Amino acid sequence: MVSPNLIKALEAVIGAENVFTSEADRQCYSYDSAVLKPTIPAVVLRPTRTEQLGELIRLCYDAGLAITVRGSGSNLSGGTVPDTSDSAVILTNSLQKILEINTSDLYAVVEPGVITAQFAAAVQAKGLFYPPDPGSMSVSTLAGNICENAGGLRGLKYGVTKDYVMGLEFYDYEGNLVKTGSRTVKCVTGFNLAGLMVASEGTMGVISKAILKLVPPPRASKAMTAEFADVQDAADAVAAMIAAHVVPCTLELLDNASLKYVEADQKIGLPTDAAAMLLIEVDGHPGQVADEAAIVEDVLKKCKATAIHVAKDDAEKNKIWAARRNALPALARARPTCVLEDATVPRSQIPAMMKKLNEIKAKYDLQMGTFGHAGDGNLHPTILTDKRDKEEFARVEAAVDEIFDVALSLGGTLSGEHGIGTAKSKWMEKETSKGTILFSERMRRACDPKGLLNARKITGYSHE
Amino acid sequence: MSDISRLASTLMKLDDRLADCMRCGLCQAVCPVFGVTRKEADVSRGKLALVDNLAHKIILDVDAVEEKLNRCLLCGSCQANCPSGVSILKIFMEARQALVEYRGLNPIKKLVFRELLTRPSLFSAMLRMGAPFQGAVMKKRSAKTYDLPLFHKLIGDRHIAKLPMRSLHAKYGDLKVPSKNGITVLFFAGCMADKYYTSLGEASLKVLKHHGVGIVMPSKLTCCGIPALASGDRPGFVMQTKKNLEVLAQSMVMGDGIDYIVTPCGSCTATLKEWWTHFAPEFTPAEQRLIATVAEKTMDINAFLIDVLHVDEKPKAAPSGKVTKVTFHDSCHLKKSCGISAQPRKLIGMNPNYELVEMAEADRCCGCGGSFTLFHYDLSKEIGQRKRNNIVATGAGAVSTGCPACMLQLTDTLSRNMDDVKVKHSIEIYAETLPD
Repeated sequence: MVSPNLIKALEAVIGAENVFTSEADRQCYSYDSAVLKPTIPAVVLRPTRTEQLGELIRLCYDAGLAITVRGSGSNLSGGTVPDTSDSAVILTNSLQKILEINTSDLYAVVEPGVITAQFAAAVQAKGLFYPPDPGSMSVSTLAGNICENAGGLRGLKYGVTKDYVMGLEFYDYEGNLVKTGSRTVKCVTGFNLAGLMVASEGTMGVISKAILKLVPPPRASKAMTAEFADVQDAADAVAAMIAAHVVPCTLELLDNASLKYVEADQKIGLPTDAAAMLLIEVDGHPGQVADEAAIVEDVLKKCKATAIHVAKDDAEKNKIWAARRNALPALARARPTCVLEDATVPRSQIPAMMKKLNEIKAKYDLQMGTFGHAGDGNLHPTILTDKRDKEEFARVEAAVDEIFDVALSLGGTLSGEHGIGTAKSKWMEKETSKGTILFSERMRRACDPKGLLNARKITGYSHE
Repeated sequence: MSDISRLASTLMKLDDRLADCMRCGLCQAVCPVFGVTRKEADVSRGKLALVDNLAHKIILDVDAVEEKLNRCLLCGSCQANCPSGVSILKIFMEARQALVEYRGLNPIKKLVFRELLTRPSLFSAMLRMGAPFQGAVMKKRSAKTYDLPLFHKLIGDRHIAKLPMRSLHAKYGDLKVPSKNGITVLFFAGCMADKYYTSLGEASLKVLKHHGVGIVMPSKLTCCGIPALASGDRPGFVMQTKKNLEVLAQSMVMGDGIDYIVTPCGSCTATLKEWWTHFAPEFTPAEQRLIATVAEKTMDINAFLIDVLHVDEKPKAAPSGKVTKVTFHDSCHLKKSCGISAQPRKLIGMNPNYELVEMAEADRCCGCGGSFTLFHYDLSKEIGQRKRNNIVATGAGAVSTGCPACMLQLTDTLSRNMDDVKVKHSIEIYAETLPD
C-alpha cells in the first residue's frame, strides 16, 4: 500500500496525471516480455522531465517502496517485472529527447526513454551510424538497452551496447545525481561507473542521460546465403571466415526446424531440407566489400555449402533478410507461448551446442527451433509451447535448465543479450563463483542499503 | 452465476486467442493512440492483458476495462505488425460485445444503430431536413469547410464539408445500368458516399459507366454494420446485415448477373469481406451461403479498376494544365485489412495533372476510427495532427485516400490548421481524366 501522503507528494513532483493508481493501469505494468508470473505494482510514476527522477526516487526510497524502472517493457528476463506488490514502477517513456547529435565529435546525448530505432534513424539522417540493433529496437529504449547491455545482429563486427556508452548521468538511491564518463574518447576521471551501470538491470541507480558513441556508416555492403547439409559444415564455414580475417557485420544461422517454421508461415522458398542456412553480410569500403565477399564465397564452397546465393541488389538483399526477420514471428505463431533463450557458447562450440539442443528437444519431446548469431555464438533456442499446459510447461522448464547446463559445460554463458533478471538468477553462481555473488551483494548493499532497487534481479539480495 | 462471472466466462471463450500474445510489446511502435498518450493501457498489449485479467477475474472493475478498451481506433496497425499473429481485432470486437451484453447499450447508440442505420430512407430524410437549413446553422471555417455550433454537443467543433441536398439513392432510386463489357457490378456505395460525399459516389458511377461496366445499385442497401460492431452492438449489426442480405439476395440470387460487389470505402470492403464472414454463425444457413458469396465477390473499387479492368494499361494523357502535387494516405481498412495500397496509387498515376509524392508514415492511422472520433475527439485530433504534419511536409496541394471516413478526418485536421490542401478520393482523381 502507498500512503495517501506519499501519493500527494509524488503528484506534487510530476502532476496527478502522471501518477497512475487505478487497478487497471497498475495491472498493465505487471509483466514484460519474459514468460514469468506478473506482479502488480502499488503505483506507476511517469516523470516528464529527467530532473524529476531524483526526487521520485528519494520519496519512494524514504517510504520503503521498492522501485522498478521500465522503458518499453520488452525485456526477456523479467527485469521490468516489479519485485513485490509494494513497488513503484518508474516509466522513462516520456523522457524521449535526443539532446544532441554531434557530427564533428561523433557522439550523441540522449534522455533515457529515446526509442532505439528512432535514435538510429535520427543518427542516420545526420550521416552517422549507431550499430546496436536488438530485435526489439522498434520499441526498446536506449537506457533499457544500456541496463541490459543489449546486443543484436551486428555484435560480431560492431560490438554491443556497452561498446557505445561514453558517459552517463544517473540518480542514486538518495536521489543524488551521479556523473560519469565524458564526451571525449579518452576519459579516466574517476571510477568507470558507466561500466558498472551497463547490464545493471535497474539495481544500481536510474539513468537520466547517456552520451553514446557514433561511427561513420559503411559505404557499401553485400549479403548472401549458404545452405548446408550438416551443421558442422556451417560452423566450419564460420570459423574459416574468421580465420581468413573477414569479419562479417552479420553472420546468422537458421537451423532446419526454424527454416521449416519460416517457410510454413511465409512461403518464401526456403530450403526446408537443409540442415542449416547461414546469412552473411559484409560491409565497409566498396573495394573491401568486393574482396571480402569473394573470400566468403570461396570459404563457403570449401566448407561444403550445398548452395550459395549472392544478393544482386537491395531488393534481393531484403529478401534474404526477410527469412531472418521472420524467424521469431514464424516460431511464435506456431504455438501460444514462445520461450526464447539466449544461451551463448564460444563460436567453435556451435556444432556441439546444436547437437545437444536437438537431443534435449527429443528427450523432453518439445517443439523447438534454433536461430541466432552464429558469428558470436549467441544462439536462440526457441521452445514453442502453451504455458497453460502445466505438464508440458514443466518439461519446458526442465529443458531450459538442461540448456543452461550444456552451455556452461561448453565454456559458454547463461545469457548473451537478454539479461539475467529473475529468470536466470538461480544459475548465476554456477557460471561464476560464490565469491562473485558475495562481491556483487556487498556492492549492491553499498549502492542500495535497503534492497529496494530491483532487488530480486541478477544475484538476488538477502534482506535479513 | 453472478453477472460478472457470466461476463468472465463469456470472455474465457477468447482464452485461446488471448494466449497467443507473448507480451513482446512491439505494438507500441505502431499504435496511434499509444503514440499520443504513451500509456500501456492504451496499447494492445495492455488491453489484451486487461481482457485476460477480466476473464480470469483478476480485475473486477468492468467500467475501467471497458473505458480502456474503447480507447482504440480498431485500425488494426498492431495486428498487421504483430509477430505472434494475435487476432487482436476479433478479440476487441468480441470483448466489446461481451461488455455491451453485460451492461446494455448506450441509448443514443441504440437509436442510431438499430433505427437510423437500418432505415436508409429515414437516415436520408433526416439529412434532407438538415441540408436546407445548414446555411443558417453552419459557420464558415475556411475555404470549403464549416462547423456547426448548434451541434457541438454531438459532433464537437469539427470542420466539415457542406451536407449535400440529396443522397445518391434518393437521386437514382434502384439504379440499373446495362453492361457493355460483359461485367456487371453491384455498387455498394456505403453511407458516406451515398449521403455525405455524394461527389465520390457520382465519380464512382461515372468511372464504372465510362468503362462499360453494368451497374446495379439497389436503393434499400443499408449501413455495412461496422459502426454497430465497433460499439459492441451485435444485435444491431445482425439487424443491419440481415436487411442488406435481403436486398443482396434479390439482386444476386434473382439473377442480376452480379460479377463483383464494388465499394469505394475501405471500411465497407473490410466489413463485407471479413466481419460478415466472422459473424456468419449468427445467421441462417441460407444467409451464411450468401455471406460466403458476398465475401468472395466484394472488391474495393481501386482494386477492381486495376486488377480486373486493368485501366492502368491504357495510355496516359499529357498534362492539360498545372500539375498538382498529391500525396496518398493509406486507409487502415484498405491497406491493413484488405492489403490494397498499390492500386489507388496506380489510379492516381493515370491522371497527368497530378504528381504523386509519398508522405512519411503514409499508412499511419489518421485518427478517425469511425465512432472513435465522436467519443474521443481530443485524442483523435492529436493523432490527426501527426498525419497533417506528414501531409504538409510533402508540400502537396492535395491529399488522396481510399476511404471516405479518412477524408472526413483529413478535411477536419487540415482545415483546423488553415492548410490549403484539397482532400480527394483516388477515384475522384481518376474520374477527372474521363469525359463527362
